[in-house]
Amino acid sequence: MSEPRLEGCPVALVTGSTRGIGWACARRFAEAGYAVIINGVSDEAAMTARAAELGEEFGVPTLAIRADAGDEAQVAACYQAIFKKLRRLDVLVNNAGVLADGKIGMVPGHLLQRALAVNAAGSFYHLQSAARLMGRHGGGAIVNLTSIMGVRGAPGASAYAASKAAIVGLTLSAAKELGPQNIRVNAVAPGMIETDMLSGLKPAVIEERRRLIPLGRLGTADEVARTVLFLAEAPYITGQVLGVDGGMGG
Amino acid sequence: MSALDDLKSCFVETFDLSDTDPAMLAYHGIPAWDSVGHMQLIAAIETRFDIMIETQDILDMSDFRQAVAIVRKYGVDV
Repeated sequence: MSEPRLEGCPVALVTGSTRGIGWACARRFAEAGYAVIINGVSDEAAMTARAAELGEEFGVPTLAIRADAGDEAQVAACYQAIFKKLRRLDVLVNNAGVLADGKIGMVPGHLLQRALAVNAAGSFYHLQSAARLMGRHGGGAIVNLTSIMGVRGAPGASAYAASKAAIVGLTLSAAKELGPQNIRVNAVAPGMIETDMLSGLKPAVIEERRRLIPLGRLGTADEVARTVLFLAEAPYITGQVLGVDGGMGG
Repeated sequence: MSALDDLKSCFVETFDLSDTDPAMLAYHGIPAWDSVGHMQLIAAIETRFDIMIETQDILDMSDFRQAVAIVRKYGVDV
């Protein structure tokens, strides 16, 4: 892990950033010159290795902090660590999330509770602490990852969709409340993106869904990350939910 | 200026107090100490003492006496 000497770098925390969309976001922010905080629930050594990899490739300060988004105390400890080590936070990418598939009649309570705890409550806890750190230095930007399912719904995904719809409400309200502190809050709603999260789906199901996408292909994690970076740096955009879905949600 | 004076000045400056003793104040006791004012007070205290106060302590800071106790928890000798 590179030493967190900031020297004027803005600081971005990307939750759930050891793989998939989170990792792509971490790479995009590092490439753009941000000091990047890698976060996840992997073991400490794996996250530290990820952070070091990023620091070496892009020459930016990096830090790894393990924290489960669904655990309020761990999220609070994460921000105490950021405050002690880096003193500031400019961007939060609220990406950590878990899947919760199942028909309405077949979703066990623990699966629903975990989806709500990580996706909805976890996003809230992170936003709550991040906003306070950002407010101390004149503002910042928060980009929440929701999903096309949280905006449009999908059969067999009610629990996941409910948890992601909560993020839309959080985004819209937080944008209004935090605007006066110059903290912008937006959300990205990815459609079908090529990540590990699709690995549980049968190829026939993926193909069936691909045919519903006007652009005719799945999106990539990097295409989502580019949109996240755009929203983080767009100075007059707040309270928006932007689909990155190849036209699926249109 | 002592840390206690610093803490008092956070209240005085945040709520624009002129002749009210901060030690007599409580949350919602004056119009300025509403939820918005509370977060401004927290920001002022955090900046003044270079600390980051946790959510439960923010909720518990209901009067000046509580503020003293909470700030002490973060290592400020007040």
